[in-house]
Amino acid sequence: VHCHTADQYTLKTELYEMCWNLRDGLRDCLVAAAPYGGPIALLREPHRRSPSSRPQLEIYSASGNSLASFPWKSGPVVQLGWTVNDELLCIQEDGTVLIYDLFGSFKRHFSMGQEVVQSQVLEAKVFHSPYGTGVAIVTGSSRFTLATNIDDLKLRRLPEVPGLQGAPSCWAVLTQDRQTKVLLANGADLFILDNTSCTAVSPPGLSPQVSSIVHMSVSFSYKYLALFTDTGHLWTGSAHLQDKLSEVDTKIRNPPKQMVWCRRPKSQQPSVVLMWDRLLLVAGVCNDIIQFPVEEQCVCVGELDGVRVVSSSRQELLQEVPLVCQEIFKIASMAPGALLLEAHREYEKCSQKADEYLREIKEQSMLGEAVRQCVEAAGHEYDIQTQKTLLRAASFGKCFLTDFSPDSFVATCRELRVLNAVREAGVGLPLTHSQFKQMTVQVLIDRLVYRQFYPLAIEICRYLKTPDYQGVSRVLKHWASCKVQQKDLSDEAIARAVCLKVGDSAGVSYSHIAAKAYECGRTELAIKLLDYEARSGEQVPLLLKMKRSQLALSKAVESGDTDLVYTVVTYLKNEMNRGDFFMTLRNQPVALSLYRQFCKLQEQDTLKDLYNQDDDHQELANYYVTASYREKVHSKYCTVYYTATEDEMRLLRFQRKLDDEKGAGLLGLSLQATMEALLALGLHKQAEQLYRDFRVPDKRYWWLKLKSLAEKEEWEELEKFSKSKKSPIGYLPFVEVCMKRHNKHEAKKYVSKVPPEQKVKAHLAVGDLEGAADAAIERRSEAEMGRCLLVAPPPTGC
Amino acid sequence: MAAHLSYGRVNLNILREAARKELREFLDKCAGSKAIVWDEYLTGPFGLIAQYSLLKEHEVEKMFTLKGGRLPAADVKNIIFFVRPRLELMDIIAENVFSEDKMHSPRDFHILFVPRRSMLCEQRLKEQGVLGSFTNIDEYILDLIPYDGDLLSMESESAFRECYLENDQTSLYHTAKGLMTLQALYGTIPQIYGKGECARHVANMMLRMKREFAGSQNQILPVFDTLLLLDRNVDLLTPLATQLTYEGLIDEIYGITNGYVKLPPEKFAQKKQGETGKDLPTEPKKLQLNSAEELYAEIRDKNFNAVGAALSKKAKIISAAFEERHNAKTVGEIKQFVSQLPHMQAARSSLANHTSIAELIKDITSLLYYNKTSCNSLVSASEAFFDNLTVEQEFMTGVDTDKVNTYIEDCIAQKDPLIKILRLVCMQSVCNNGLKQKVLDYYKREILQTYGYEHMLTLNNLEKTGLLKPQTSSRNNYPTIRKTLKLWMEDANEQNPNDISYVYSGYAPLSIRLTQVLARPGWRSIEEVLKMLPGPHFEERQQLPAGLHKKRQQGENRTTLVFFLGGVTYAEIAALRFLSQMEDSGMEYIIATTKLINGTSWIKSLMDRPESQSP
Repeated sequence: VHCHTADQYTLKTELYEMCWNLRDGLRDCLVAAAPYGGPIALLREPHRRSPSSRPQLEIYSASGNSLASFPWKSGPVVQLGWTVNDELLCIQEDGTVLIYDLFGSFKRHFSMGQEVVQSQVLEAKVFHSPYGTGVAIVTGSSRFTLATNIDDLKLRRLPEVPGLQGAPSCWAVLTQDRQTKVLLANGADLFILDNTSCTAVSPPGLSPQVSSIVHMSVSFSYKYLALFTDTGHLWTGSAHLQDKLSEVDTKIRNPPKQMVWCRRPKSQQPSVVLMWDRLLLVAGVCNDIIQFPVEEQCVCVGELDGVRVVSSSRQELLQEVPLVCQEIFKIASMAPGALLLEAHREYEKCSQKADEYLREIKEQSMLGEAVRQCVEAAGHEYDIQTQKTLLRAASFGKCFLTDFSPDSFVATCRELRVLNAVREAGVGLPLTHSQFKQMTVQVLIDRLVYRQFYPLAIEICRYLKTPDYQGVSRVLKHWASCKVQQKDLSDEAIARAVCLKVGDSAGVSYSHIAAKAYECGRTELAIKLLDYEARSGEQVPLLLKMKRSQLALSKAVESGDTDLVYTVVTYLKNEMNRGDFFMTLRNQPVALSLYRQFCKLQEQDTLKDLYNQDDDHQELANYYVTASYREKVHSKYCTVYYTATEDEMRLLRFQRKLDDEKGAGLLGLSLQATMEALLALGLHKQAEQLYRDFRVPDKRYWWLKLKSLAEKEEWEELEKFSKSKKSPIGYLPFVEVCMKRHNKHEAKKYVSKVPPEQKVKAHLAVGDLEGAADAAIERRSEAEMGRCLLVAPPPTGC
Repeated sequence: MAAHLSYGRVNLNILREAARKELREFLDKCAGSKAIVWDEYLTGPFGLIAQYSLLKEHEVEKMFTLKGGRLPAADVKNIIFFVRPRLELMDIIAENVFSEDKMHSPRDFHILFVPRRSMLCEQRLKEQGVLGSFTNIDEYILDLIPYDGDLLSMESESAFRECYLENDQTSLYHTAKGLMTLQALYGTIPQIYGKGECARHVANMMLRMKREFAGSQNQILPVFDTLLLLDRNVDLLTPLATQLTYEGLIDEIYGITNGYVKLPPEKFAQKKQGETGKDLPTEPKKLQLNSAEELYAEIRDKNFNAVGAALSKKAKIISAAFEERHNAKTVGEIKQFVSQLPHMQAARSSLANHTSIAELIKDITSLLYYNKTSCNSLVSASEAFFDNLTVEQEFMTGVDTDKVNTYIEDCIAQKDPLIKILRLVCMQSVCNNGLKQKVLDYYKREILQTYGYEHMLTLNNLEKTGLLKPQTSSRNNYPTIRKTLKLWMEDANEQNPNDISYVYSGYAPLSIRLTQVLARPGWRSIEEVLKMLPGPHFEERQQLPAGLHKKRQQGENRTTLVFFLGGVTYAEIAALRFLSQMEDSGMEYIIATTKLINGTSWIKSLMDRPESQSP
């Protein structure tokens, strides 16, 4: 129905014949209907208190499909409201807020403050802001309390309002400048209440005869404010109370039952819908009023771009007609879109008029604009036939354009397909295109998921090609979380079903699902599900929570994240007795090695116990070696290195003895160093003794003695030593050692003793080039000859 | 500043930039002036990511080294601890924080864990009662650090020790995480090959992590075609051998840490006329070594014997370039000459530096060196180097590996540095697939008697890692491996190499042969040998999203990332670069590792000194 007022169109679209069957209509009910085509909650006769006849709480989809219905057994309810996550808030007189899900299962509750129990809630409002869903109440002692976000509950008690007794005549919650405030009227006085102050304000241009403001309403975007006065005037203006838009005399003195803003974003002609028992009135800014008679009791639901009017038999959407639709459908419109639509119509009739229309558009070079208009208008249309007509016209027009981007056309087609699917009464989400754009696909998917329309949600995700982790995976996750709560199925069956559906869909966290199962008390199921979790790291915290520490440990090890392993180990260490703890570690070599490292640095004593338990003699030995060096005491445990250790202890005894006798300062030196020191001190006999006792190889001893003698330049001793028996290291070392001390004379003594194959080297070492050359020639070795040549100084001095 | 990272086949600067961005973001999180307290170990690796100037731009005014007791005074708003997640460091931090608290200073404390935050450490801070004092506790994921245009390193010194000795796989976890980061930036690597237990473990973790993040499919066209994971313990031999490339020798002799080398200053003295011998600098000369230096990039991977020729050729080119100025006649020509001058001067100073380094090395390595005045000591130094090399080559060719080696005996008798002895003994053991019990016992006894009983722990460690072992099976399979993989090439051409064996003047590194065979003809051809080497070998494929399959141009090279778990030597890198440059190889290699090592630093990391453990 297109209704004509002075210069605007208001459109009333029927959304649904309601599926519900309400015997008494909406009379005597607390009703809460959520925006964005959200669910509707009814609490019938909320004031009934007797236990024999309790009020009934009913939850319906927007199309009237029953989702839940149960008798209300808690305290008296003042207000119902919906959160952005489709949860139902029931605000009780005593300030308790109970939260239910769409299907009426209780989720949790919170309180609006202790003092409220005494003073009681007089009125309450649920509001939405960028911070989430909030609750505001006014108590019997005329004080306001706010909670801006119920998921992060922080109660704010607002300052007192001067002169206010009981409830104000009307009030509203505003979100302005990132602050949530309360606007309230006490008689003709308006106040703004924020965290710290209560400020009196006055709307500009409100006629002075007003003795009371009886109703007020804030627009969906919190930008506009409407006030209804006891004189029957409707004042509209900005919510900042800076400007006035208009003032209309409705000629009706009694206050409306509901008053809701009806405007679409960017619209220039906002209007307000007022509702009385038998009358619906749309008041525009231009002082025009349209009246709709109503036969039955209705509820108005403010939307982003209109107002839904729900009655017991039907639901309608009141909307300002979008500009583009006005242009196309206005009678005798010459807008390009209108002409294109006409052209297409003629084309389908096979009439040549199609060409004329097209020409006309093309002459103005408006074909692109025409297509755009048709596409946009189709988006706004609720009727599927009209959508099709418009889109076909657009598609027809597109054929005559060469470089027109098809994106908007394709997107609109897709989105309309989705919208039409969710608008179906069976689903019952009467979303307009603008609402859909505003809420985004993700939120739409969430809403479908809350309603358990899993297949539809998945189909939409796939159809719109939503990335898995935002789309299908999320749906599956929710589905699985819901599935694990099904009490009638066995753990085995559920686990199998979940695994079958979820498979290894990317981004579905099995640990999340398992946590849900655990929350419902199904530990076994949780463990089964955790098995499917790819991220071992994710499994660990839950396993620990469920006291499956062994499993947690092996999962931590599996993840490769050593920090996680350490975490579990520390946890186990505190939880278990030592024996069990060690046994557990023993089955997990990786964890055991990590724990050993930890102990090496932090708990040396535990280390010993660990090795002991494992009968790890080798490590135990190492431990004692380390410990003994630390404490400078040697012990005898080191069975593995038994001989070496025996030797070491013998050496130590020897060193101690000699230190005592001669003050030689040998303790702690190696055997070699000890002998070196002894030789240096001239204690040849003792050195000899060690050499024999410890079966030091001849070679090494000869080297030692040779170096020691050369060091002290005891050349005679050296010569004697060289002749003591055949040198096991040959005589080249003798040559070299002497040269090191720059004693060519001594060195030469040994050159002759060097065997032929080392002769060249020996001669070279003492700098005897000729001798070297002779030796090389004698040996007929080209390589050695070459070596001599290379070492030889260049013929012409350098 | 880090342009050399972007010249290669794969632009590693992307990784560096990502790391820098993250660092800046963290620093900006702590508003106001700041002081950084460094875990000393981290300063080197961080130097490869960001210079002080970057920190300064973000209001870092002071830097301290983490140590117990009180923090040095600093007039700053924030104190940030940059630390590895280690318990002992947490205790020091707690001490620092306590002393500050006592003074009621109004500073904000922050911790940045590198490379990963740890619950264990946070728990420790909590026990110490200081966890609440920290405004920010964050992690800075620094796994793979771009080291050069084709080289990534985790700079994790103890990785080999942890993995193969202590069975602590933390570094492998970081490796897997690092490879995931790499794939996030450079695309999923479609093929993974590996050899060794640790390689298997890393690959498993990578596949697992991929499953975990499967939701967010990587849409980047893969840069790497293949990843090859190699355990260091598959090839224990190579690092034990003395590297004979220019860069390898610098590392062997002076040690390169975090891309810098410290050299004895004498050769670098500015020789000015009139002041000979005066004021010799005493501070070691510190040089940065990477491919940003044109000359160095040219000669680093050459066999040292070919470096001299390369240097003199370069010298001629440079002096010819300077001669050009005489030909410059017109103003335009002179202007052009002048504009090239800075580049030429840089080249000249680079040439001077490397000539000095080459001389230093030559003094030690070359038998061809003779100088009358100091002949004796030098001849013996180079003699020792030569003898050592001879023994190494004997072992590698399988000569007398089953007997006690006299050279080793002599070295022990002369009490040469223990690490040198251990390198040789281990090499003999590896080349003989374990030593006869009698031989092993003899060496052990010799070492314990000469160097001290406390080295028992070290010997024990070497045995645990398989570097030193008693022969168990009677068959020594090393010769088979050597022959199949052609590990020894008799006629290695050092000047104009035609095979990777030039990097060790005859020995072709086993690890690189495996890499080479994998590229062509494939591992299937060497199944037998692979079975003889420790650990499993495997192949995995990672599914690519449709549309990311590369369409390869004719003749376009494939790119392989070779990851050495437990360290890689410069000579091995040189060999891989050589393979990349070979015209017909069709493969380019990017190298990644836990740490750049040489035999000395590697053995050192496995040594245990009881004293040092005492608290």
